[in-house]
Amino acid sequence: MHMNPEDGTRVMTTTTRKSTHRKPLEILLEALVRVAGYSAVVFVALIFIFLMREALPTFNEISISELFSRRWYPIEDYFGTLPLLTGSLVITLGAALIAVPFGLMTAVYISEIAPRWLREFLKPLVEVLGGIPSVVLGFLGILVLAPLVREILHIPTGLTAFTGAVLLAGMAIPTIVSVAEDALDTVPKSYRDAALALGATRWQTIWRITVPAARSGVLTATMLGIGRAIGETMTVMMVTGNAPQIASGLSAIFMPLRTMTATIAAEMGEVANGSVHYHALFYIGLALFLISLTVNLTASAVLFRARRRSERLLS
Amino acid sequence: MYSPHMHSLNHCRHFVALTIATIILCACSSIQQQTKDEIPVIDNILTNKGSDTIVNLALAWAEAYHEVRPDVNISVTGGGSGTGIAAMINNTVDIANASRRMKDKEIANAKENGITPVEFVIASDGIAVIVHPDNPIDRLTMQQVADIFSGKINNWTEVGGEDRPIVRLSREVNSGTHVYFLEAVVRMGDKKDEALFSTSTLLLPSSEGITAEIAQNRNAIGYEGLGYVTDAVKTIALAVDDTRPYVSPTVETVMDSSYPVSRSLYMYTPGEPRGTTKDYLDWIFGPDAQAIVKSLGFVPLK
Repeated sequence: MHMNPEDGTRVMTTTTRKSTHRKPLEILLEALVRVAGYSAVVFVALIFIFLMREALPTFNEISISELFSRRWYPIEDYFGTLPLLTGSLVITLGAALIAVPFGLMTAVYISEIAPRWLREFLKPLVEVLGGIPSVVLGFLGILVLAPLVREILHIPTGLTAFTGAVLLAGMAIPTIVSVAEDALDTVPKSYRDAALALGATRWQTIWRITVPAARSGVLTATMLGIGRAIGETMTVMMVTGNAPQIASGLSAIFMPLRTMTATIAAEMGEVANGSVHYHALFYIGLALFLISLTVNLTASAVLFRARRRSERLLS
Repeated sequence: MYSPHMHSLNHCRHFVALTIATIILCACSSIQQQTKDEIPVIDNILTNKGSDTIVNLALAWAEAYHEVRPDVNISVTGGGSGTGIAAMINNTVDIANASRRMKDKEIANAKENGITPVEFVIASDGIAVIVHPDNPIDRLTMQQVADIFSGKINNWTEVGGEDRPIVRLSREVNSGTHVYFLEAVVRMGDKKDEALFSTSTLLLPSSEGITAEIAQNRNAIGYEGLGYVTDAVKTIALAVDDTRPYVSPTVETVMDSSYPVSRSLYMYTPGEPRGTTKDYLDWIFGPDAQAIVKSLGFVPLK
């Protein structure tokens, strides 16, 4: 970046002149901004410490092999978390498989293809969709989607992982569309113009130029969407049937499954403070925390590497 | 209205607490009636806490009792049988509600705190096994129901029905009804039996969820308290074994003990009840309070 030396000096003199009476306020504001900035880190650390404190006794009370056994039935002291882990994974993966392609396609359509008037109508509409409370989606799921799923797919019950995945995808899509569309929107027009001028078709421009240029934003969108899906509780508790069976094989998506979040929500209310069951629920919470941390760290690592590569290419 | 679905939501407890707060609001009235030869009672606010199954009944009683004795105010909260019993052990409530008996461990805990819990059976609750109205099955033996829920029977043909898979529905594990059904039906009252619900049993957070699924799914079977049964589902007549008569669940059959799956609902007090607590419990066993039991779909004492 170039700086006009004349402008620079003028700016400097203004600050020195004004700094005498603005200083106390500025210091205060700076401190406030700093506190706000660090608070997120502090809160995450505090939550992590709390989770660790409540979850660690689990390892004294339940053996590791039992924690990963195949049966979850806490009132009779069966604490196998494998069904809950696989249940959460299947439902989240299912939701991601539906939401990511669909969300990205919607974002591309809104940002690149739709005419201006349609775009200004669609974007707010998608954001309204994101504001629907999850419990309302859960009701829709029980009353409308679950019977449909049962009849169309001819399966014994509609309260399955698939129903949950579809609803979770519905909740993740607005996040994905909104963030990805913003990212696509910031790609300079000159990129598209250059591609088209070189003879690329519209599809080639979108697929080879615009989307890769907005890559980091698109990846953030995907991660936020998946994050929303894995942490969602109310909807999955209402429509997935909550049966703690091990998900194995592709057919698992059409079975009733129990997620980690639903387990905590359903059982925490009546569990005695400090009991084995109580600690086991915190252990599940800790596992969820670590999973989402891993997802986020992986995403930032991928982003970081991608940015370094693009910087190398540009220099 | 307080609906059974809300049992699953934590904030429902605040809701209940709010409802109760309105009852207490009229507390300002001073002691107008003197209770016979006793010294004037000072502690005429009773606290009553526990089972979510009982909370509707306890609320209705508290309201009705306030009409009879305007000087007594009763605050009722839910939270679950375990919560109420824990509060009683810590001596923070006057009466604990429970849809199950206290466990030996809980009684031992109470005695350590110098409290001897006293048990009162206040009403009964029949538990109905329910299916879709179009399901041709209308009667089962207890053994068949146990085999269905433990996963030994997986198709309706095995109990004489249509060729359809069986979808089992249950309340969540923290429900007193779930625990009762496990002990009394799946294990058929055998304490040494270690049978569990099949892992494919759907655990739904509310009785309404169970009703909704059964009302639209011909494969489904479930159970719920008699007070929650609606016309959208069909109740199954049960027999202890196939030599005994099949009995449908109604308030009458639960009262005369011919229906095999019913449980008592309890109140516990820390030590022998005295003063206002005793008056209230005496009133609960009287005809007015027991009439309220029946109107809410529970089964009154004989």
